[in-house]
Amino acid sequence: MSSHDTHAHSGHDHHELSWLRKYVFSIDHKMIGIQYGLTSLCFLFFGFTLVMLMRWQLAFPGKELPIIGKLLGEAAFPGGVMAPEFYNQLGAMHGTIMVFLGIVPLAVGAFGNYLLPLQIGAGDMAFPKLNMMSYWVFFMGGVTMLLSFLMPGGAAQSGWTSYPPLSDIAPAGQTVWLLGMVFLITSSLLGSVNFIVTAIQLRVKGMSFFRMPIFTWCQLVTAFLLLLAFPPLEAASVLQLMDRVAGTSFFMPTGLVISGEQSHFAGGGNPLLWQHLFWFLAHPEVYVLILPAVGIVAEVLTTNTRKPLYGYNTLVYSVIFLGFMSFVVWAHHMFMTGMGTTLSSFFQATTMIISIPSVIIVTTFLLTLWGASIRFNVPMLFALAFLPMFAIGGLTGLPLGLTASDIYLHDTYYVIGHFHYVVAPGTLFAMFAGIYHWYPKLSGRKMSEFWGKVHFWGSFVCMNGIFMPMLFVGMAGVSRRLYDMSLYAHAKAVFPLNIVMSVSAWSLACFQIPFILNLFISWRKGQKVGDNPWDCTTLEWATPTPPPHGNFTHPVEVHRGPYEYAGDEAEFVPQNV
Amino acid sequence: MEQKPYGWWLPLNASANNAGIDQLINIVHVFMAVLFVGWGVYLVYVLIRFRARPGHKAYAVHKHFRLPTWLEVGVAIIEVVLLVFLSSPIWYRVKKEFPAEKDSVLIRIVAEQFAWNIHYPGKDGKFGRTRPELVTSNNPVGLDREDPDGKDDITTINNLHVPTGKPVIVYLSSKDVIHSLGITVLRVKQDAIPGMTIPIWFEAAIPGQDFEISCAQLCGLGHYRMKGMLAIDTPEQYTTWMTEQEKELAAENAANAEPAPADTSNEGSPK
Repeated sequence: MSSHDTHAHSGHDHHELSWLRKYVFSIDHKMIGIQYGLTSLCFLFFGFTLVMLMRWQLAFPGKELPIIGKLLGEAAFPGGVMAPEFYNQLGAMHGTIMVFLGIVPLAVGAFGNYLLPLQIGAGDMAFPKLNMMSYWVFFMGGVTMLLSFLMPGGAAQSGWTSYPPLSDIAPAGQTVWLLGMVFLITSSLLGSVNFIVTAIQLRVKGMSFFRMPIFTWCQLVTAFLLLLAFPPLEAASVLQLMDRVAGTSFFMPTGLVISGEQSHFAGGGNPLLWQHLFWFLAHPEVYVLILPAVGIVAEVLTTNTRKPLYGYNTLVYSVIFLGFMSFVVWAHHMFMTGMGTTLSSFFQATTMIISIPSVIIVTTFLLTLWGASIRFNVPMLFALAFLPMFAIGGLTGLPLGLTASDIYLHDTYYVIGHFHYVVAPGTLFAMFAGIYHWYPKLSGRKMSEFWGKVHFWGSFVCMNGIFMPMLFVGMAGVSRRLYDMSLYAHAKAVFPLNIVMSVSAWSLACFQIPFILNLFISWRKGQKVGDNPWDCTTLEWATPTPPPHGNFTHPVEVHRGPYEYAGDEAEFVPQNV
Repeated sequence: MEQKPYGWWLPLNASANNAGIDQLINIVHVFMAVLFVGWGVYLVYVLIRFRARPGHKAYAVHKHFRLPTWLEVGVAIIEVVLLVFLSSPIWYRVKKEFPAEKDSVLIRIVAEQFAWNIHYPGKDGKFGRTRPELVTSNNPVGLDREDPDGKDDITTINNLHVPTGKPVIVYLSSKDVIHSLGITVLRVKQDAIPGMTIPIWFEAAIPGQDFEISCAQLCGLGHYRMKGMLAIDTPEQYTTWMTEQEKELAAENAANAEPAPADTSNEGSPK
């Protein structure tokens, strides 16, 4: 307690900070959180725009794209029709931007930064300057990724997974992609160290580990995943960079004949090495995407059921177990690479095991609803919709995790449907729930309920309109990442679904307009509310609104667990009372 | 037999050995549907029954549920059954229990940007030696015709013929980047990884002339058009086709009595 107090008073008591130090180079975790939030929302929309372009080509292959096609130029749209190279760039950059510049910085950078110190009663992060640095390194990574579109030959185009040898021989955009990745991973590493130290060292008096809100638990486990899983990809990125610029052959085997010419690479490398290193990061990454969402849903759900969370301890242990197991399932992405049966049996078994804590998490959420008094406000609608959407995402992982059924479904649209159900109507809905839920803490005002409901129902219908058909297209055996699937007889029957998916995607964009306007207009015009408008129990609601630099105006002490609702004496009892 | 081969669910399964994959996919989906519908019905029920309304208050103390515990155990048991009794045996059969080479049709498939090069060993049943430096547009697998084993080898591009009633062993490799051999109607998928030769096997059961091979792994700008044709022949059709190929080869050899100049252009793969 004393350690954070000294810091808290050093900053805000004496002098007003300059505009630059307050809004741009801020070391206040809340401002950094907001910076992360706005930046990542922009990237999310940009990444979504990329896929909206792809959806034109997918629904109307080879048709001229009116106006926009002309605007994007002859290289990308020769004669107004999208070039396959450009399609691949859009695909690779959509994945990269959504994962590394959209969801992760929003879930961890924005929500984690803003809320974690508040929820444990700390004045700021343990290392505020490191925090600022992690944002700016992330920002540079984002700019680098955007600039890669300007490279000769365009941006990276070997998928967000960047499998060599394809990525090793790709145009220069890939080099920039690798540099961008190094920035982004470095930023995540710096952030994770900060989160771990803060959660362990800066908990206020009385805030034992098992009194921490589920959101904070999820952030802590996520930080460990970032810390331990990201370095291998950083190393791998540097190796691939060396293959591309320094003539090494880490991932290039001997005797390649590329485009009819013998390869100039010395050889002796192995393309599968990259896949192991990549997935050693990228599978825990999946849980980096989902755990903060689980945390947000736990908070929103409990608040709006007006009763304690069912099975707090079970949930905490499940989250920790999930985090641990996420390190030993990576090669289930590689069942078709010809690995031995022993290895595949191991990863198949761990994949089945990891589904158990996921089922437990869904079950505890569902049981929390029993005996509740459910308020259907906008954050609650998003949190409730998360449950069936995450369930579809999780369940469709089963036939992919079993090696035998994966033979058929691997690398088909079924996979795309599966992970988008987890990340889009799953994680992203949880993020929306969080934005509507915590907005009053940032601004002192609520976002409009009416426009929030328009946003919710529109997004809910459109998300399913995009991703449900993918499962059927995949079931028909259509490969993913095809620029034009109409060439295939086995895609004929399901091809019209592409129009459903595309129209849904474009409509989804329209339904984000009320959200964007709501976000900005409510800042000045929203309904004014008090410090704790939802009658919550956790510490972030015990601060003034918005919380000042240093967060707590008077010392707080924690006396109880995080979810004491529906008591005999009071409807809810905050942790610090 | 003229059923519609392709629809909104699993397409026609023309294989003799991979029916188990379809069965597993269907069983898993029934299991998923039961869980999802169960959760869904419960969710709708609690949302209606426990909605906030005047006079309704949340319970302070949790009821202790037995059912969820049993549900968890049930899910775990079903997963173990799927894993041990369905998925693993099928996987083991596909990956380990190869038919004997002498009883099988042997084929090499060499993937490249953006084509499938098919290499049959010919009458002698032995593949000729291949070398990367011999690769030209006329000789996409780099086959050494000087090698005695290679004299009678048959190569085609994007044109795979297999007979019914006899297992097929494919030795899969790639010349440039990673591809993935996807044969939808045979439930076959295997990555083709440069630097490795990976054997796979299957047996076709239902003849048909215009099935497709697609590439499942992003391999560059032409990934989408890396389409091969698969003909599943009756044994008689297969023999006829093979004889035609042998005749063509003989005719070609006669025409090229003097060695053709090395041709390094390869218009199938722009770079």
